[in-house]
Amino acid sequence: MREARGSERPGLARPRPERGTPPAGVPVPRSRRALHPGAWWLWALALGTAATRTTNPLLLALLITVSGYVVAVRRPHTPWARSYGAFVKLAAAVLLLRLAFAVVLGSPIPGTHTLFTLPEVPLPDWAQGIRLGGRVTAEGLTFALYDALRLAALLICVGAANALASPSRLLKSLPGALYELGVAVVVALTFAPNLIADVRRLRAARRLRGRPDKGVRGLVQVGLPVLEGALERSVSLAAAMDARGYGRTAEVPPAVRRTTAALTLGGLLGVCAGTYGLLTAAGGSYGLPVLLAGLASALAGLRLGGRRTLRTRYRPDPWDARAWLVSASGAAVAALLIVAGSLDPGALRPGVVPLEPPTLPLWPAAAVLLGLLPAFVTPAPEAARDPRKEPTT
Amino acid sequence: MIRFENVSVTYDGAARPAVRDVDLEVPEGELVLVVGPSGVGKSTVLGAVSGLVPHFTGGTLHGRVTVAGRDTRTHKPRELADVVGTVGQDPLSHFVTDTVEDELAYGMESLGLAPDVMRRRVEETLDLLGLAGLRDRHISTLSGGQRQRVAIGSVLTPHPKVLVLDEPTSALDPAAAEEVLAVLQRLVHDLGTTVLMAEHRLERVVQYADQVVLMPGPGERPWTGAPAEVMAVSPVCPPVVELGRLAGWSPLPLTVRDARRRAAPLRDRLEGRGPGRDTAAPRTAPPAKRLLGRARKQTDGAPGPVAEVRSLAVRRDRVQALTRVDLTVSPGETVALMGRNGAGKSTLLGALVGLVAPASGSVRTGGAVPHRTRPRDLVRRVGLVPQEPRDLLYADTVAAECAAADRDAEAEPGTCRALLAELLPSVADDMHPRDLSEGQRLTLALAVVLTARPPLLLLDEPTRGLDYAAKARLTAILRRLAAEGHAIVLATHDVELAAELAHRVVLLAEGEVIADGPSAEVVVASPAFAPQVAKILAPQPWLTVSQVKEALER
Repeated sequence: MREARGSERPGLARPRPERGTPPAGVPVPRSRRALHPGAWWLWALALGTAATRTTNPLLLALLITVSGYVVAVRRPHTPWARSYGAFVKLAAAVLLLRLAFAVVLGSPIPGTHTLFTLPEVPLPDWAQGIRLGGRVTAEGLTFALYDALRLAALLICVGAANALASPSRLLKSLPGALYELGVAVVVALTFAPNLIADVRRLRAARRLRGRPDKGVRGLVQVGLPVLEGALERSVSLAAAMDARGYGRTAEVPPAVRRTTAALTLGGLLGVCAGTYGLLTAAGGSYGLPVLLAGLASALAGLRLGGRRTLRTRYRPDPWDARAWLVSASGAAVAALLIVAGSLDPGALRPGVVPLEPPTLPLWPAAAVLLGLLPAFVTPAPEAARDPRKEPTT
Repeated sequence: MIRFENVSVTYDGAARPAVRDVDLEVPEGELVLVVGPSGVGKSTVLGAVSGLVPHFTGGTLHGRVTVAGRDTRTHKPRELADVVGTVGQDPLSHFVTDTVEDELAYGMESLGLAPDVMRRRVEETLDLLGLAGLRDRHISTLSGGQRQRVAIGSVLTPHPKVLVLDEPTSALDPAAAEEVLAVLQRLVHDLGTTVLMAEHRLERVVQYADQVVLMPGPGERPWTGAPAEVMAVSPVCPPVVELGRLAGWSPLPLTVRDARRRAAPLRDRLEGRGPGRDTAAPRTAPPAKRLLGRARKQTDGAPGPVAEVRSLAVRRDRVQALTRVDLTVSPGETVALMGRNGAGKSTLLGALVGLVAPASGSVRTGGAVPHRTRPRDLVRRVGLVPQEPRDLLYADTVAAECAAADRDAEAEPGTCRALLAELLPSVADDMHPRDLSEGQRLTLALAVVLTARPPLLLLDEPTRGLDYAAKARLTAILRRLAAEGHAIVLATHDVELAAELAHRVVLLAEGEVIADGPSAEVVVASPAFAPQVAKILAPQPWLTVSQVKEALER
């Protein structure tokens, strides 16, 4: 089918340079393009890693502030970027839940400062070690708070990654052989907002029928129509994708196909065997080399498999100096906090018995501030445009 | 370019073929229009070109369809992707990616074009379709016209030889529709693209067609001819053709311009007769016969307005959707809300039923504040038929739907069914609402809403996807409702419908009311919103063919 591509036409088609030649006369305003999504994810996940190394509430608050500031000044104006709020709410919910558990189920932390005492529910013998109600101590609550704050900080960092670079953009950077998998995920991701819009519309429609549009019953009753709509939409999307050439494959010689299969399967087996070797005591010697060989073979298989797909990529996000800087700043925060954790564990994990106010360790705090770098080196998102639907004339 | 040889398609489980004996040849570079009432298989014919019928939909195709020499029997849709570009009825379900630029590139990526070629074609297409300002926009934030243009652009970038479009302008306002049609014209004239298109709004497209394929009824042989020939006998035709038939013009004019050149004698005959229907004044006195017999009784004396909007402002997602809107609707009055996609028409309707809360100003419908009234009480004051009537329907049979409507409205059992029987005599009790045609579904939703006897009836884009027959039925129903004292507000892009029905037209732009007055004045003054008859017979104030017919018979 390849000979039929790119029909020559007056008007639109000019002589087409062969594949691989540098684009001639095409302006490439790269500065406009946003940062590589992978850099944002690395940065955010590194901050998340840093958050797992400490329970110091001051450091954690600083981490949350740093990521929040970068999100505030650098998140793009896309519907996806609004998910940050949802992540913050989720983090708050986790925090409250953890505290509630600490109050109801008690805490293993011994404490002397009793805040109040709940009536204790007697439990049978087989539930030994579990307590319902009882004494609630300041130490136990503080410990739960520190612990929950760490988890909340991690969640907020993931939310930051989501807001700064949508996962669908990240998936576009997948290698060719995994492309179809990536599209499946992208389609699923774009369906979520549609589904929410459907639920809203149908709940509004309930109001038009004179039924209450709030409450759980309303939500349950629109469930079926929403799913029906989603199903219909996926079918028509599948038709559109098919008609637009999704899944076209190139002819590859059978030898290449067989090699691909052998490399991929062999590679995966190697990875499994290597991991097993690393984890068991006996295989210490062969574990690592087998794992690495397996990985290499699997990657080669993926690369060879990429030949089957005809796809090319339109304006891939470049991994440039800024991307290096952003991911390096995140990595630095993580690395410095790990080092600080081993050098001065007391400062990063303030004790709760005896109860003492946490102090802000100076140089780990300075390290966390390194995470602010992206706010200065990355391009600002384009000025907020009026998201009103533009006039069509 | 496209050749159908004796094609019949039978879907799985269907007793009769959806289309039969289609013989059709579309030469390169022509714009061919497929016309016919709903449900005659227009979409099936279009789908057969891209190979989606039968490869994707299932069913059996007899005969042979070839596109650019490729037989769809042996070529799957994806293998035809480089010669056929298809845009379905709903552009939203066509989009794979989330931004405009990526969407334009998607098809080329699948075909494996070189990056620099892709880049150049994306830029060219952005310019060709006037999308350059929107290139980074999220598709979910675009208006209907923009989406349609992006959808067309996304199939244009791989440079297909054939473009297949299913109702490309139905959901668009007149200006956006003209924009899309201008693009199609340009593709046909400058690039030699072959376009095959189905469309109900013939008044918009018929003058651009080189050939018209008429599908007269389900399972009947379609026939093909020059637009004027086909229109002379077609059961579906635009007002300009109807007027031409009425006046006995031959050959039939297809454009307003041709018609105007012949209309001088007709204008003379009509001189001094004046439109029969007084479109300016709402008729408050109900005529003797009542369609439903139970519209709310008007209090004697001057009836109060059924809806009153005072300097209403609405914000949605940090966007000012409406600013300082004033609107009063009296009983028995039909008001058409017009304006481009995204002008705030649906938001205003939403505010009237309490779906959107006002940021400032006040809304009162039937003496209540809609967004603070319980839904159960509100349905007795105001009813809205939404853009997608299916949203209102939950049950799996028509009978169950009617029973539920009676319960919701606390009406006597059987009320809704009786209403439906009057509006739509042919529908069976055990049909699934999903299996109804577009027009039947709309009527069912209308019956459901009317069960609570609201004095104010709102309709959002009621004629989208309706053929002329269904539209005529709807017009008749709404006229009778208005005559009984129902106030009707409809948001519509359909200028012909507004001309037929509305006493008053309210034009919205950027969330503000820019014109409010009797239809004849507002609509005739605007070149975009004037119906064809008004354009042909200007400066005389005629709006519809039926007015002219009535006057000639007097």
